[in-house]
Amino acid sequence: MARVTAPVGDWSQDFEVLDAGYIEDPYPIWDDLRQSCPVAHTERRGRAWMLTRYADVVEAAHDIERFSSLEIGVINSDVQPEGYDEADAQYGLPPISADPPLHTWTRRLILPWFSHTRVAGYEKLTRDLCRRHIDGFLEAGHADAATDYAQQIPVRVVAQILGVPETLSDTFTGWVRDMLEFADDPERNLRGQEGFGSYLMAELERRKNDPGDDLMSELLATSHDGEPLDDRLVLGMAALVMIAGIDTTWSSIGSSLWHLATHPDHAARLVAEPGLMSSAVEEFLRAYSPVTMARLVTTDTEFGGSPMREGDKLLMNFPAANRDPEVFERADEVVLDRAINRHVAFGTGIHRCAGSNLARMELTVALEEWLARIPTFRLAEGAEVTWAGGQVRGPRVLPVVFP
Amino acid sequence: MKIRVDPDRCQGHARCYALAPELFSVDDYGQSSVVGDGTVPAELEEKAHLAIANCPESAIEALAG
Ligand code: HEM
Repeated sequence: MARVTAPVGDWSQDFEVLDAGYIEDPYPIWDDLRQSCPVAHTERRGRAWMLTRYADVVEAAHDIERFSSLEIGVINSDVQPEGYDEADAQYGLPPISADPPLHTWTRRLILPWFSHTRVAGYEKLTRDLCRRHIDGFLEAGHADAATDYAQQIPVRVVAQILGVPETLSDTFTGWVRDMLEFADDPERNLRGQEGFGSYLMAELERRKNDPGDDLMSELLATSHDGEPLDDRLVLGMAALVMIAGIDTTWSSIGSSLWHLATHPDHAARLVAEPGLMSSAVEEFLRAYSPVTMARLVTTDTEFGGSPMREGDKLLMNFPAANRDPEVFERADEVVLDRAINRHVAFGTGIHRCAGSNLARMELTVALEEWLARIPTFRLAEGAEVTWAGGQVRGPRVLPVVFP
Repeated sequence: MKIRVDPDRCQGHARCYALAPELFSVDDYGQSSVVGDGTVPAELEEKAHLAIANCPESAIEALAG
C-alpha cells in the first residue's frame, strides 16, 4: 500500500491516478505529459501506460486487436466476493468488458434502450426529479450541489429503467461508489460487489416468475443463436447499465455546477441565452470529462515509441485528450459557444458510450432546472470542495449558497 | 453540396442529428444516415459543415457536386 500511495516524483515514469494532488488538479500534469512523455509509464499496480494526447487515445480506442476490453478498470481490484467463480467472472459486464463477437451482439441488445426516442420518453421523469430535489433545499438558501442534487438524479432515472424501486436509490449509490471510487479499498470494494451482486441475483429470480417491462425482464425473454441468454450475461448487462450510468453522469452534473458556481458570468450568460445550453453541455463534457478507461495489451508491441508487453495495462485518458491544444483552441478554457467540439468524453470506436443520449439529456435537464430556480449561486464561504478521481472524476462535496 | 455517412465509421454519437436534424436520421441502434439522397439545400450548407466538423469518428463526407 505504501508503495502505491507514495508521492509521485516523475509522472512520466511513475504515474499514480489516485494521487490526491492529481485528482484535485490534473491539468498541469497532463500538459507536461502531452509535451514531454505522451506515453507515460508506471509499475505501481502492475505495469501500465497512460496516453494523454488526443490522437493517441483515439488510435488506441480503435485498435481493438492490440488493446482488448477484457480489462477496463483503471485500478485493479484484487478482492473477490464470496463464492467467486473464475468461470462466472468471464461473463463480466458485457458489452463494456467484452471484445467482438460477444461485444457486438450484447451491445445491440442494449442500444435501443437508450435510443433518441426512448430517451425523450425519460425526459419528463428526469425534470420532475430535478424539481423535487430543488424543492427540498431551495428555501434553505444553501445545498451540497453534489450530494443533495447531482448524486440524486441519475441513479433514480436508471432505477426506473431497470424497474428498481426508488427507495433503494441511496443503497445503490453506495454500492456503485464502493465499486468505482473505492476500487483500491478492499473492504469497501468487496461490500459493493457483494451487496450489488446478491441484489441483482434476487431480482433476476423474481423477474423469471413475474416479468415486467424492464431491461432485465426483456433480456430474459431474449435469445441469441436460438438459445436463451445465460443468466450470467443478463446479470452482467443489467449491472453494467447500473454502474455505467450513475457515477459518470452524476460526476458530469457536479463538475458543471462547480464550474458555474466558480464562474458566475457563465451562469448569467446561460440564463440570458438559453439557446447556448446545447453547446455549453458539450463544452462541460469536454472540459470536465469524467471517465478514463483502460485496456489490456494483447501482444508484445510498440506504441508511440514505447515498448509494451502482453498483459500490460493501457490507460486511455479521455479527459486529458479533450484538453489537447493540438485539437482544441483555448483547450483549458470553457467556451460556452464552442462551435467545433469533437470531444471523446463518451469514448470513441466500437465502445462509444451506449448511454450517451441519456447522459446528455440528464445533464441538460439537470442544469436547466437548476438555473431556472437558482440562477445565481456560488461556493459557500470557506467551502471544502472534494473530488473523486481515477476511473471517474467529479466533485463529491460541493457546498454552494444562493442567498 | 451532397453528403454521405460512412456506416462503418459511424458509432452512433448522434452529434450530426443534434446539430442538423433536417439532414440526418438516427435509428434505434444509433446508426446515422442522410435524409433522402444526401443533397443539402443551400440554406443548410452551414449546418452540414458543422455536422461534418463535429463528428467524433469523421464519418461524414462531403461529396463533390
Ligand atoms: C456523462 C456521463 C457518461 C460518460 C462520460 C460516459 C462515458 C463512457 C465511456 C468513455 C465509455 C467507453 C468505454 C470504453 O471505451 O471502454 C462508456 C461506455 C458505456 N456507457 Fe457510458 N458514460 C456516461 C453515462 C452513461 C449512461 C447514463 C449509461 C446508461 C445508463 C451509460 C452506459 C454505458 C454502456 C452500456 C457502455 C458500454 C458500451 C460498449 O462497451 O459498447 N453511460 N461510457
